[in-house]
Amino acid sequence: MTPAEPLPIDIGRYRTYAAIGGVAGLAACVLGWLLDPGQFFHSYLFGFMFWFGIGSGCLAVLMLHHMVGGEWGFVIRRLLETGTRTVPLMALLFIPILFGIPHLYEWSHPEAVANDHLLQEKQAWLNVPFFIVRVVIYFAIWIGLAFLLNRFSGQQDVSENPALPTRRLRNISGPGIILWGLAVTFASIDWVMSMEPHWFSTMYGALYVVGQSLSAFAFTITVVILLSTRPPLSRVLGVSQLHDLGNLLFAFVMLWAYVSFSQFLIIWSGNITEEIPWYLRRTSGGWVLLPILLIAFHFTVPFFVLLMRDVKRRANRLVWIAVWIVLMRLVDLFWLIEPAYHGRTLFVHWLDLAAPIGIGGLWIAWFLWQLPARPLVPLQAPQMVNGETPHAH
Amino acid sequence: MAYERLYGLLAEFDNPDDLLHAARTVREKGYRYLDAYSPMPVHGLSEAVGFRHTWLPLYVLIGGLAGAAGGFFLQYWITALHYPLNIGGRPLNSWPAYIPITFECGVLIASITAVLAMIALNGLPRPYHPLFNAPRFALASHHRFFLCIEKRDPLFDPAQTRDLLESFHTRGVCEVPV
Repeated sequence: MTPAEPLPIDIGRYRTYAAIGGVAGLAACVLGWLLDPGQFFHSYLFGFMFWFGIGSGCLAVLMLHHMVGGEWGFVIRRLLETGTRTVPLMALLFIPILFGIPHLYEWSHPEAVANDHLLQEKQAWLNVPFFIVRVVIYFAIWIGLAFLLNRFSGQQDVSENPALPTRRLRNISGPGIILWGLAVTFASIDWVMSMEPHWFSTMYGALYVVGQSLSAFAFTITVVILLSTRPPLSRVLGVSQLHDLGNLLFAFVMLWAYVSFSQFLIIWSGNITEEIPWYLRRTSGGWVLLPILLIAFHFTVPFFVLLMRDVKRRANRLVWIAVWIVLMRLVDLFWLIEPAYHGRTLFVHWLDLAAPIGIGGLWIAWFLWQLPARPLVPLQAPQMVNGETPHAH
Repeated sequence: MAYERLYGLLAEFDNPDDLLHAARTVREKGYRYLDAYSPMPVHGLSEAVGFRHTWLPLYVLIGGLAGAAGGFFLQYWITALHYPLNIGGRPLNSWPAYIPITFECGVLIASITAVLAMIALNGLPRPYHPLFNAPRFALASHHRFFLCIEKRDPLFDPAQTRDLLESFHTRGVCEVPV
């Protein structure tokens, strides 16, 4: 299907830049893999979790929108759908992590397990074949949901009777968001939490469920504002839609702070030896700088800035805070993932930059390749803004 | 009616569009002391009668910060000063445990400040208002829309202002005594 209108900016150019950056970044990663495979796999997992989180979060926000409606979702729906179509790319990019299992996960070493009673007890879940089976199940869930959501959305655009695909979208979104939340929870436990296999936290999945949704909001708000200078988005992205998006961004910033702090408060209150090493590792040897940064700039500053009505109602102000939050998501994931490897002192390896740039370049190129596949505004959605109707253009 | 005892001139409209048009025109002519009355929210009306930013957000911010500080100090005072308890060997001033209550108190006092300051800034409660002297003004709670230009406006002139209001699509203009 061809777009109803040409894209407002020349994305072909940006797609080329992104692809060049991605290939250069991944070439650097290959060099890093030859020089220091342990560091490479940890940096790669960090970059992977960040970019995967945006596409995966788009699934959640999209299903949330199909269930509750609202003009805020109408204006970013096509960007969310494009985001969900990056999940198959991330499934391909997961393959290097499978080769990194011995470097990333202590539980995959037979000699470590033989000397550790706790790891023996956890063998039923933490073993390589079952780990790979679960990776396949998780991606089957996410790709299946992305496929159905995009398919019914495309039918809604052209159908004689758009009420039918609209109802299907709503009906799969309810069970879909539960499946998504379970898959993200288990995946975060498998891929990240199990790097420190003695430690556990029941709040851990929520950090990723909320963090990915926040990433998706911040990313799509940025892109929709960049594309809103010309039609068709200029016709539908009004002050009140911006205000709603700003309020949702604010809500998810608070939710992120809530789950992140709750996990800390529970473990701090319990103060037992099974749980506190995770925080000790992340607050000693300079690592404490990162949680201070996160409290100040992932929560406090966005909280007060997004309280202001004028920020939420002006695109050129909201876009900055959205970009800022995307960057802070990177810092948050770095703090969650990297101390598991470095252990003692705060350390940023050049691969920690090369991996997110490499994966991100490919991700953005893929996103921009997928973006023109559909009209930028849904043609027959139940929500219509400023008279944007199926046949207005 | 004597000019001294006049509060202003009140025009009555059938629908919000006429009111909106009148309010915009009157403000373009330079009138500043005017207010509109409607049984329902009318989009753009606040801007049309010259709604300004108020100090309310600042009061709410101060209320919220004071609430958070008070909430923190309440817990600190109880657990560290007034009735010190050794809980699991933790320091008496175990501030991480105070944070949820601190945040909640900040939100609570900010919300209460918002409501009370809004009422105070609106000059409420107000048992008497000159507009109640206009017999048809009660319809502002039902299905009519009103625009009032007050006498204290520097441009106010009993005859010219009345002519201006009558030039709109109005159901009538009446004088409002103090």
